[in-house]
Amino acid sequence: MSFFIETLLGGLMTGMLYSLVALGFVLIFKASGVFNFAQGAMVLFAALAMARFSEWIPGWLGIDSRFLSNLLAIAVTVAIMFVVAWLVERLALRHLVNQNEATLLMATLGITYVLDGVGQTIFGSDIYKIDVGMPKDPVIMLEGVFQGGVLINKEDFIAAAIAAVLVAALTLFFQKTPTGRALRAVADDHQAALSVGIPLDRIWVIVWCVAGITALVAGIIWGSKLGVQFSLSTVALRALPVVILGGLTSVPGAIIGGLIIGVGEKLSEVYLGPFVGGGIEIWFAYMLALVFLLFRPQGLFGEKIIDRV
Amino acid sequence: MSGRKIGEVILDLQNISLSFGGVKALQNISFNVLEHEIRAIIGPNGAGKSSMLNVINGVYHPQEGEIIFRGVHRRDMDTHEAAEQGIARTFQNIALFKGMSVLDNIMTGRNLRMKASIFQQAIWLGAAQREELEHRKKVEEIIDFLEIQHIRKTPVGRLPYGIQKRVDLARALAMEPEVLLLDEPMAGMNVEEKQDMCRFILDVNDQFGTTIVLIEHDMGVVMDISDRVVVLDYGKKIGDGMPDEVRANPEVISAYLGASH
Repeated sequence: MSFFIETLLGGLMTGMLYSLVALGFVLIFKASGVFNFAQGAMVLFAALAMARFSEWIPGWLGIDSRFLSNLLAIAVTVAIMFVVAWLVERLALRHLVNQNEATLLMATLGITYVLDGVGQTIFGSDIYKIDVGMPKDPVIMLEGVFQGGVLINKEDFIAAAIAAVLVAALTLFFQKTPTGRALRAVADDHQAALSVGIPLDRIWVIVWCVAGITALVAGIIWGSKLGVQFSLSTVALRALPVVILGGLTSVPGAIIGGLIIGVGEKLSEVYLGPFVGGGIEIWFAYMLALVFLLFRPQGLFGEKIIDRV
Repeated sequence: MSGRKIGEVILDLQNISLSFGGVKALQNISFNVLEHEIRAIIGPNGAGKSSMLNVINGVYHPQEGEIIFRGVHRRDMDTHEAAEQGIARTFQNIALFKGMSVLDNIMTGRNLRMKASIFQQAIWLGAAQREELEHRKKVEEIIDFLEIQHIRKTPVGRLPYGIQKRVDLARALAMEPEVLLLDEPMAGMNVEEKQDMCRFILDVNDQFGTTIVLIEHDMGVVMDISDRVVVLDYGKKIGDGMPDEVRANPEVISAYLGASH
């Protein structure tokens, strides 16, 4: 039993990281109707910047404290992600207003390569460490309930807490602030949003900034767990089934979808793996996404598309 | 018609031509709009009415002509700029934010008047909060005015068509516009809803002094509420004047009824 719970929790933690990446997808899709293929590249880019700056800053400024240099590195990375958002709007999106979705998708595919390339050129292409001081030691819990207790990483707990705070903050921002309202308005109807004087270009920069910040959070958590390397960029591909499952337009969908896939992967690997020869983890998410596409194409929480005929 | 007094020319359109490829949507059209008046643009289907409105609103950019708004000459408008200049509009096929509540929809109309920065908003500082309440008050006034109090929290997508049109109007009014463009405000409504809408349009004009430019398909309604009427047919202007003059214009009659010559 305790093994089952450990597997479950492990799955939830992985799932939460998927959720964070998927959240970036959903934010941008909701606000601009663009399926942002570059979200994974943004995670890599942010993580690379974070890893390298936290390494360089102590040398440049002679700061000894790890906390301070990490904080500075985060600030610098956030600024860089803002610049990336601004450039994306300026150089790509602005020229593609009213183009069809496939064009925009291809543009984000292009952005993926640019970010991957530029990121590795500037920051290098080795495996880097992000050390934000997360405790690595495992704790044993629920010893009274199960024999031997349940083994959990403290790090995972903290990561989950950070993710929860981020999601809560984003939800409040979207639901309660005028800018959030404007973002939702743009997501709903570009033309109408323009007619009430909501500036599309500014809104897009804001959305990409927010997506950049979620990418950074995902990058930091993932990077401090497994190290920063190119494979982070392909995390986007793992998050793809998540948005199909959760629905492209739903924030709660992204989160719950991520958790379902994380847990599903781990449990199926452990419990079904021995019968089919393993490797389920790799294709489980895509299989689930396929099933959803067949029976519920709008996802768990997505809006059903009803067209007037 | 108590308080309002028709003023100077506020919007002047001169020799506007607009084409899409080979299709000439508007050909050399000129007319003006006076401050505080209700100006109607009518014409049969495909006459170019909506195109005209979209030119004023900056959705379309005419190839030729000039738009003079409040004394400023310009070749074309930009949608965002038009909004900043005090031009609001409603849409023929209702373009509300369907997932949002009526209140939120109308609040978006206040967007341009919100000054608090995104950072103040993000941490909900005093200034942002005060501002939100102020705007909320104004929006509540508009909600009362249009008699939609009972649905303020309902998501717009769930409302019947006639009410959605009213919310569309409310959102435009929340901008406190100088000029209000109404794209077929009565299209698809039943008689009762049409009467309500007429009343609201007249009230807006009367109480706020808003200049109104409206497009309508149905000639009957328009003639009753407009001060002056422009008639378009196949992208050309075929009549312009008081409702009675327009009604008597043989060209207009033939465009509408296809009368034999």
